[in-house]
Amino acid sequence: MTQDDAAPTPSSASRSASPAIAVSRLTKIYKTATAVDSISFAIPRGSITGLLGGNGAGKTTTIAMIMGLVQPTSGAVEVLGHTMPDEAAAVLGRMNFESPYVDMPMRLTVRQNLTIFGRLYAVDRLKERIAELADQLDLTDFIDRASGKLSAGQKTRVALAKALINDPELLLLDEPTASLDPDTADWVRGHLERYRKRRGATILLASHNMLEVERLCDRVIIMKRGRIEDDDSPDSIMARYNRSTLEDVFLDVARGRDREAAQ
Amino acid sequence: MNDLSLRIAPHRIGAMVLRYWYLLLSSWPRLLELMYWPTLQIITWGFLQTYITANAGFFARAGGTLIGAVILWDILFRGQLGFSISFLEEMWARNIGNLMMSPLTPIEFLLSLMTMSLVRLAIGIIPMTLIAVWFFDFNFYSLGLPLVAFFCNLIFTSWAVGIFVSGLVLRNGLGAESIVWTLMFALMPLACVYYPVQVLPHWLQLVAWALPPTYVFEGMRALLTDHVFRSDLMLTALGLNAALLLASFAAFIALLRSARRAGSLLSSGE
Repeated sequence: MTQDDAAPTPSSASRSASPAIAVSRLTKIYKTATAVDSISFAIPRGSITGLLGGNGAGKTTTIAMIMGLVQPTSGAVEVLGHTMPDEAAAVLGRMNFESPYVDMPMRLTVRQNLTIFGRLYAVDRLKERIAELADQLDLTDFIDRASGKLSAGQKTRVALAKALINDPELLLLDEPTASLDPDTADWVRGHLERYRKRRGATILLASHNMLEVERLCDRVIIMKRGRIEDDDSPDSIMARYNRSTLEDVFLDVARGRDREAAQ
Repeated sequence: MNDLSLRIAPHRIGAMVLRYWYLLLSSWPRLLELMYWPTLQIITWGFLQTYITANAGFFARAGGTLIGAVILWDILFRGQLGFSISFLEEMWARNIGNLMMSPLTPIEFLLSLMTMSLVRLAIGIIPMTLIAVWFFDFNFYSLGLPLVAFFCNLIFTSWAVGIFVSGLVLRNGLGAESIVWTLMFALMPLACVYYPVQVLPHWLQLVAWALPPTYVFEGMRALLTDHVFRSDLMLTALGLNAALLLASFAAFIALLRSARRAGSLLSSGE
């Protein structure tokens, strides 16, 4: 989809077999507060992984370190086989993200915003790509309206369109359905599932919504106070805690009831 | 955004310029404001010059130095503002994270801000110079080729200051926004915009000569009063500007890295 940055080089053949994301002993300390404490995990390509945890668990900081927005205090991050942030230029065009911590410029129309991001990512046949996304994400009715004048649900769909503009191999989503009504949230989840299937993309999403994680994710990483508390498929984790929903597991973890006590 | 990458892709710079162009066109008050302050400046100072010229011997001989200084100061000040406001637009819009995560490199980002500073400056300064001709019979463009040297040196300084203050805002959030509006005014008395360097105490003259704009304003006075183009002053200013631009770029990268360490790119508010 992109003209530059995206083409794999012959020397990178082995990189295509590497995990989409590999995090090793990743730590972030802000002054005296440890936000992320020596976590390690690898996310295989083509999977959807959920990052769960309460407020302050370290999810957003972890995603921000993977994206290169935050410098780790120690540890290493590899994305699509490239070390971050040193080799960021090789991967930034092949990934994208959506986060509640950033907005689209509000005075620009949806079409103008998508045009600019499309150009930044050197998207081929940009007009067709925008039309395709507008059709898929149901943006057509408001594509020439200022982004700041949209409803929360419309803004989320536009943010998703921006995140998909370069047809990314890796998508990082921080609370992608926060503040959406159940219908729109369900619709977004369906779209993400279809995108993963069609593109074979890897998705890492941080969420507070347990139903969302149960429905979408092949794997769940539960974080608490900067550490990984558990890491497995949703079914295995629920079985281990003897719980029928991830929400109950989440409450067990949040309230300090360990697996044995839960059983 | 890879901090030290020197990759420059015109399509990415073009995308950012387009972004700011859309923004300018989306708001007529913003466009009008670009012309409003320079117009007020030139009218106020122009009438003052007219009055002084009629009543003081020196200014009668040095016709246009005051209006010339007003226009050149505006190039310096509005060049920096044009750069910095485009940068602030990203902070106000909470769009910095989107840009930092895109393939856009810092050098491309800064080049797009420089381009927009020229666009915004043209919108503000061209009407100002036309008013100077119509109202006060001062043709700024009659300075000829020296004007190119003056303009280049002033715009380079404005970019250097713009790059540095953008780095400060990136690192410290919008709480540091006031620096954008005020820092250039700290240079004003030292750059000797409206008076010669000799007016300053000796020790302060040393500070003044360390600033590139001082050479431009001295050069402008030499041209208008003595009808001499001081190329030596312009070359020295160019050398100082090269050092200033390099230092400001290094400071921007250091502040960007510091922002990544502090996590301030995630919370670009106050």
